[in-house]
Amino acid sequence: MILVIAEHSNGSLKKSALELLSAAKSLSEKLGGEVVAALLGQDLSGAASELAKYVNKVIAVEDAALADVRAEPYTTVLTNLAKELEAKAVLVSASKSGLSYSARVAMRLDAPLLEDVTSLDVEGGQVIASRFSYLARVTETVKALALPIVISVKPNIFPVAEASASGTVDKKAADLAASDDRVKVGEKAAAKTGRVALDEADIIVTGGRGVGSAEGFTKLVEPLADALSAGIGATRAVVDAGWRPYSEQVGQTGKTVAPGVYIALGVSGAVQHLSGMNRSKIIVAINKDADAPIFKVADYGIVGDVNEVVPALKEAVSSL
Amino acid sequence: MKIISVIKQVPDAEARIRATPTGIDLDGVTFVIDGMDEYGVEQSLRLREGGLDTELISLALGPKRFEEAIRTSLAMGSDRAIHIETDEALDPITQAKVLASIIQEEGAELVFVGGKEADWDSAALGPAIAEALGWPHSDWTTRLEINDTSLSVTHDSDEGSETLTLPLPAVITTQQGLNEPRYPTLPNIMKAKRKELKKLTLADVGSPSGKTQVLKQEIQTKSRLNKVVQGDAADAAKELARLLHEEAKAI
Ligand SMILES: Cc1cc2nc3c(=O)[nH]c(=O)nc-3n(C[C@H](O)[C@H](O)[C@H](O)COP(=O)(O)OP(=O)(O)OC[C@H]3O[C@@H](n4cnc5c(N)ncnc54)[C@H](O)[C@@H]3O)c2cc1C
Ligand SMILES: Cc1cc2nc3c(=O)[nH]c(=O)nc-3n(C[C@H](O)[C@H](O)[C@H](O)COP(=O)(O)OP(=O)(O)OC[C@H]3O[C@@H](n4cnc5c(N)ncnc54)[C@H](O)[C@@H]3O)c2cc1C
Repeated sequence: MILVIAEHSNGSLKKSALELLSAAKSLSEKLGGEVVAALLGQDLSGAASELAKYVNKVIAVEDAALADVRAEPYTTVLTNLAKELEAKAVLVSASKSGLSYSARVAMRLDAPLLEDVTSLDVEGGQVIASRFSYLARVTETVKALALPIVISVKPNIFPVAEASASGTVDKKAADLAASDDRVKVGEKAAAKTGRVALDEADIIVTGGRGVGSAEGFTKLVEPLADALSAGIGATRAVVDAGWRPYSEQVGQTGKTVAPGVYIALGVSGAVQHLSGMNRSKIIVAINKDADAPIFKVADYGIVGDVNEVVPALKEAVSSL
Repeated sequence: MKIISVIKQVPDAEARIRATPTGIDLDGVTFVIDGMDEYGVEQSLRLREGGLDTELISLALGPKRFEEAIRTSLAMGSDRAIHIETDEALDPITQAKVLASIIQEEGAELVFVGGKEADWDSAALGPAIAEALGWPHSDWTTRLEINDTSLSVTHDSDEGSETLTLPLPAVITTQQGLNEPRYPTLPNIMKAKRKELKKLTLADVGSPSGKTQVLKQEIQTKSRLNKVVQGDAADAAKELARLLHEEAKAI
């Protein structure tokens, strides 16, 4: 069987959960066995019945110690489930937390890890995946040499599963070890944004140093993003200047995104920035320097001043 | 107390990488210490400068060329280094087992690992080392304080950031924001040449075999339209909106 860990935020399923289910379904057709989805957390009944619309078997593991996503308790629950159900593959979202606990699960199961994958296939009973490397400049094809395997799946790549099941929900105890509780979570700061999350946004408007100031973001970037229901991104130069929070940074040391449309305003296109966005379907650049490297990776570009072009673009998209 | 920083050497971000039928060709590419690893070395130096009585060790697993990156960490201020030299590209899980065995042998209590490697784009090494050692870890760490037997950290979470406390021994994976790494000074670069660099081979650590195999590597070359829309700001903006709507069907 294929074990899927469905991510949720306070009991509402994340899009990544449905993407994992579609990845798991096509993997199970080639590898054999059914798909089982696990939910970890507290008060999961709502999320569990929602999840059961997409998959035949849901296992809900409720425990106060699972209220926060912590690598060690997650690892214990997932390795226990994988062993008990004799999973051939464990699928996890390649979110910040998923990348972290999936490595521990692989180590504890002594299993190969396929990390941050963008496609999955099976040949001769062995799982083969594509993933990016070298700051997303390279696409590599990797084969796992044994089963079971642990796979973390890059968000926003696989299609979301369709709600075509009416599955059952089983509850299971977490069965944690005392040491699973040794990392204590203190204060939490949510990345404040009333907008669509960057990693889930279908359109992203990113401002670079060319936007000029924090006010430039309020005056130029935010209105355009609002008109497009888009997420807002920033370059490191902008984050370092304190104009925007780090949570909006796109690039090597920020987020990796691949939206349908990526609009770069006053962004030069440094490699460290490109590595976080060069997989976007369509890239748009507005920059006053016709030689800026960003134009090399752009589908559409305007050579011009953001102060003039961006308000005009906002008007133009609003009247579409 | 011993602190170990795991070091990798990676292509410079600006380096032009070429693909060949057999994989990535790194000939002629400039290599540097992974920027994410520098955060770890810097943090260990700051802990010592803050009064912690500690020995700082750099630990690397990779080909001979890694020596340069190891020397950079020694020039920053690490005391000595261990290099397990191999040309084999072992997967992060297998690497973690090897590194964990050395960490255990050394009796280190705190280990820094880069949050995401700039060659394999992998974030697995740190958590996997922690698991192999049976230690807790903090990933994507942006702030760290040490209090006797525990650590207080801030790290990036899925929803934003959170503070954690965790007991030592522990593994910390780094993230931008943790600190600003120092540049090695010339005298320190000279001094680093005389610091101990112990060499091991994979045979010394049980000749592990990898769990994955890279079949193919290609440079991403999705061709872009490269259409520059002409006209004054208002006309160009209107035309761009039309293209995105009608041609690209994207908005
Ligand atoms: C979408 C795309 C991504 C590419 N990614 C890389 C890459 O990561 N590494 C690489 O060495 N070559 C990259 N290339 C270049 C590619 O491999 C060929 O070498 C190039 O298209 C032909 O080279 P040129 O000098 O004739 O053209 P040029 O138009 O001069 O090449 C494009 C220039 O932009 C840079 N570049 C373009 N896109 C990217 C990107 N996504 N990430 C980083 N740099 C980029 C290249 O390094 C080069 O300097 C990319 C090309 C495209 C179209
Ligand atoms: C280890 C490491 C990691 C890094 N990680 C990241 C990362 O994750 N993300 C990231 O973004 N960067 C990262 N960087 C930094 C990166 O190298 C660049 O410095 C950064 O991306 C530049 O940001 P920028 O494009 O906003 O600024 P600049 O490079 O200064 O570009 C500003 C652009 O705006 C244009 N402009 C100026 N005024 C106007 C105007 N009025 N109208 C139109 N255009 C205008 C200019 O022509 C220019 O092209 C990293 C660097 C290192 C060394």
